[in-house]
Amino acid sequence: MTTPSEFTWRDLEPGVIISDAGNSREYKTGDWRSARPVVDKANCIKCGVCYLFCPDIAITQAADGTFEADLYYCKGCGICEQECYTGCITMVDEEE
Amino acid sequence: MEPLNIYASRLVNKQEYFTPGHKACQGCAEALAVRLVAKALGPNTVVASATGCMEVVSSAYPHTSWGVPWIHVAFENAAAVASGVEAGFKALVRKGKIPDQKTTILGMGGDGATADIGFQALSGALERGHDFVYVCYDNEAYMNTGIQRSSSTPYGASTTTSPAGKVKPGQLTWKKNMAAIAVAHEIPYVATACASYPMDLIEKVEKAAAMEGPAYVHILSVCPTGWRIPTKKAIWIGRLAVETGVFPLFEVVNGRYKLSFDQELRPVKEYLKPQGRFRHLTDEMIDTIQKRTNSDFEKLRIKAGAKT
Repeated sequence: MTTPSEFTWRDLEPGVIISDAGNSREYKTGDWRSARPVVDKANCIKCGVCYLFCPDIAITQAADGTFEADLYYCKGCGICEQECYTGCITMVDEEE
Repeated sequence: MEPLNIYASRLVNKQEYFTPGHKACQGCAEALAVRLVAKALGPNTVVASATGCMEVVSSAYPHTSWGVPWIHVAFENAAAVASGVEAGFKALVRKGKIPDQKTTILGMGGDGATADIGFQALSGALERGHDFVYVCYDNEAYMNTGIQRSSSTPYGASTTTSPAGKVKPGQLTWKKNMAAIAVAHEIPYVATACASYPMDLIEKVEKAAAMEGPAYVHILSVCPTGWRIPTKKAIWIGRLAVETGVFPLFEVVNGRYKLSFDQELRPVKEYLKPQGRFRHLTDEMIDTIQKRTNSDFEKLRIKAGAKT
């Protein structure tokens, strides 16, 4: 989809339908974050509770079965740190 | 609710129909609830969504967070539009214009759109017996417009239109019992759920979709912004709401109550104290809430067939 600056009302679909399903994937919510989750992979038991409780659907499973946050979407709420059974996730302040 | 193995999360369908990049606040348990409901219903779903947080965060033009057909309608008529969609599907299938794919029609709204503004449309749709699922995401106030009280706001909560001060201690009325009102329509399925118990929520929504006729699911959705709690505590506080009996989990199948969570209740103080919206409560008010919670839970136990 073209960016809003390039199109006018003439380009809107009838009923202002968005025909591209789930295109909010393009939208970066990661820059809202003030702390990011860091996973201690040695203690991760690969249960996936962080994946299940993530409201931003930012947690994905890596090839080795452990879970990590996709920082493009992660808003840094800290639910994964709170809910992790083994405490292997810590929130680290973003400093840049 | 059965005790689950800690690896239960792995059993969940990995496909997402509510996609990342939505604009909900940090730690929004309502967005989590929507995600789980969308997961439970799968791809053959049409959603009619009332105005509210979930409309605003998921459909800021030119983006949509929905992977299934989604209609935004006004505050008051989500249930009416859902019933229209259901009737339309039925007619098209009967005329042979589309194949019968067992499409689930989902009407959804917040507590304001369900208990206040969309109430008569919902009541009408339940009474007419359309085959659809209505899900209420209850965050206990109009959070989208800035935490105004709704009829679903609990007693004692401080909101911007029921502020706690020297004269009044926050909200003075009790939370409207929407689940009981839905049960009074004698529909096949009513349930309450909470995103802090995701497997239970998914199971209930799947059951609701499988039922012939209308089904109503009331989901407590913790709002860290409006409840004044740290974002990371959102799931934890939802669990406390259930464990203290403030928000009992149950299901009603064809009028028969069944408690999903029936254990010794924890004191409500544990649930009220961490929340900023209840910080002004005096011991007497907490006592009042405790008594009311106990008696409500006892009534539920009796309805579910406990011996008195």
